[in-house]
Amino acid sequence: MAEIIEKTDLRDYYHSHFQAFENSLNGLKETEIHLERKKAMEQFMQSGFPTADNEEWRYTNPAPILKHTFMPAFEAGEVELKKESFEKYLIKDLPVNLFVFVNGKLREDLSVRQKGEEALELESLSAVMKKDSEVIRKYLSEPVNGFTALNKAFLNDGAVLRIPEGLVLENPVHFLFLSGSPLGEILIQPRIFIIAGKNSQAKIIESHHSIFENAYLFNSVTEIVTEESAVLSYYKIENESEAAFHLSRLQVRQQRSSAFNCFTVTFGGSLVRNDLNSVFSGEYAETNLNGLYLADGKRHIDNHTVIDHAVPHCNSNELYKGILDDKGRGVFNGKVIVRKDAQKTQAYQSNKNLLLSRTAKIDTKPQLEIFADDVKCSHGATVGQLNEEALFYLQSRGVGIEKAQSILINAFASDVIDLINIEKLKETVNQQIMDKLHKVSE
Amino acid sequence: MLTVKDLYASVEEKEILKGINLKVNPGEVHAIMGPNGSGKSTLASIIAGREGYSVTNGSVTFEGKDLLSMSPEDRAREGIFLAFQYPVEIPGISNATFLKTAVNEIRKYKGLEELDAMEFLALIREKMKIVGIDQTLFSRPVNHGFSGGEKKRNEIFQLAVLDPKLAILDETDSGLDIDALKIVANGVNVFKQQSKEKAVIVVTHYQRLLDYIVPDYVHVLYNGRIVKSGTKELALELEERGYDWIKEENNIPASTK
Repeated sequence: MAEIIEKTDLRDYYHSHFQAFENSLNGLKETEIHLERKKAMEQFMQSGFPTADNEEWRYTNPAPILKHTFMPAFEAGEVELKKESFEKYLIKDLPVNLFVFVNGKLREDLSVRQKGEEALELESLSAVMKKDSEVIRKYLSEPVNGFTALNKAFLNDGAVLRIPEGLVLENPVHFLFLSGSPLGEILIQPRIFIIAGKNSQAKIIESHHSIFENAYLFNSVTEIVTEESAVLSYYKIENESEAAFHLSRLQVRQQRSSAFNCFTVTFGGSLVRNDLNSVFSGEYAETNLNGLYLADGKRHIDNHTVIDHAVPHCNSNELYKGILDDKGRGVFNGKVIVRKDAQKTQAYQSNKNLLLSRTAKIDTKPQLEIFADDVKCSHGATVGQLNEEALFYLQSRGVGIEKAQSILINAFASDVIDLINIEKLKETVNQQIMDKLHKVSE
Repeated sequence: MLTVKDLYASVEEKEILKGINLKVNPGEVHAIMGPNGSGKSTLASIIAGREGYSVTNGSVTFEGKDLLSMSPEDRAREGIFLAFQYPVEIPGISNATFLKTAVNEIRKYKGLEELDAMEFLALIREKMKIVGIDQTLFSRPVNHGFSGGEKKRNEIFQLAVLDPKLAILDETDSGLDIDALKIVANGVNVFKQQSKEKAVIVVTHYQRLLDYIVPDYVHVLYNGRIVKSGTKELALELEERGYDWIKEENNIPASTK
């Protein structure tokens, strides 16, 4: 089988699975949503997957992903899971509205809501599509490459979360993504819609974990809308196996006076690429994009961000910090666009990296494109190693070399970690870093 | 306590120390003086275990143990403390965390139980008074944004908390005004007076600090060797006459040993 696939085009392989998918839809083949899917499949057939000669994929070559042929998750069937098996992935002592996604599919049977927060509207994507697809069509963004086209073509898994107008959510939402199949290598393609209603406030945690050893491709798109004066904090924690490929695109549209705070923590996957696009469509809005990545082993972590200041009077702050060890590789590509009319924009961007080994590598590319003339913008990137003098200082006070190293690494990461405003989550992230570093030094 | 025997050391092929002999007994205060570039700081660095120096001959022992084969952290745990000429700034870690880790690493090495937060705080409060360090300085990141004087005071504060057997002050007086100098000297004297066993090596260019920390012995280091040893009067003579007469008396070309 594998041999045959190598000789045929991957496009044909996914096209044949698309036909199987279509056939499984039965009566829903004539809907407007399905026309969108078919259009996306055509786009995919035309463009195929991106290659490394595409500037956007220059530092993250998709070739290792394309060596695999992944079976769409719905064909692999449901995975039997008990609550006990994923308790270890929950954040200790933090009450949350928990929504579990197994291979991209919402599992109501495993999800738990906190009492008093029933106003939070969450439904599976397929359920929403069946009754009213308008909200989906309204916010469904156009594919930007073969991966996002493929996601759209198979649009079925995922969820729609609506935070109603004026709701101040007391407990965070936790989207727990458990991925992998015992049956083989699968393709997981959820699409999540989050609509933060006018004047609402909420915190969302999205975390990713591998539940089987087999490789898989997680290829997701998340569409976020912050309506007027909404405040949304979004935390993404990626902690997947060395066999996992993770591609995600987060598309944010911000309306007037809204605030979006995003924090992306990435430990891997084998290859992870986070695309984060934020567009200001109303004035006086603010976006804060922060991140921390730690790539050890042969892991590859790419953070691509675009902040589009399309209107005046908006602020953006961006701080990404990276720790690269062994043969780990990091990519940071951060673009800030300030359009001609976007006067009084303030945009600050910084990327700092710590290389712990001679074979670790980082490509960093901060970009500012400014077309307005009354703005305050700055950007910068640094790459460094552990400060030898600081190491000796710690040692000269009796601190062992390994502990001294981990203290300095933590000191490096501390200012960005301090930006996490859920105390229990901050503790968890700190612990995960410690565990990782411990493994590194062993 | 500390015995340096016929020590030769170089940095990147350049020989800096050319046969140092020094013996420090418990309870003694030694001053090592000398012009710039004579090798004073190199000697302090080699005793503390800083990287980048190659010892080509000789030995250094501390309480009979071979110091040169020990890691810097083990030297500290055995009881050697180096007050840095340029204390290092470490943003992102508080003085408190830094010191608590150090105290407990040393205690663990000695087979003592680690201090908990309350016990540590009690220790800190007692020691803070000695060098006039206040709570805010204590909770700030290590040396980050400290003035020169604050950094030196912080070194002496660490000396008080870690309570070693031998303290080496590497040009701790440089850049200090007279008030800060007195505080630093007082901190060292309080450390010294705790027991008859504590020893101090003061590395300095100027005599000024020795008005407050009175040495038992003064050594003049020039061109990598101790060329003169004496009592505190030698320091006064150096203050009066400068280092030129020492240089003249010992005008040996650098190429010969």
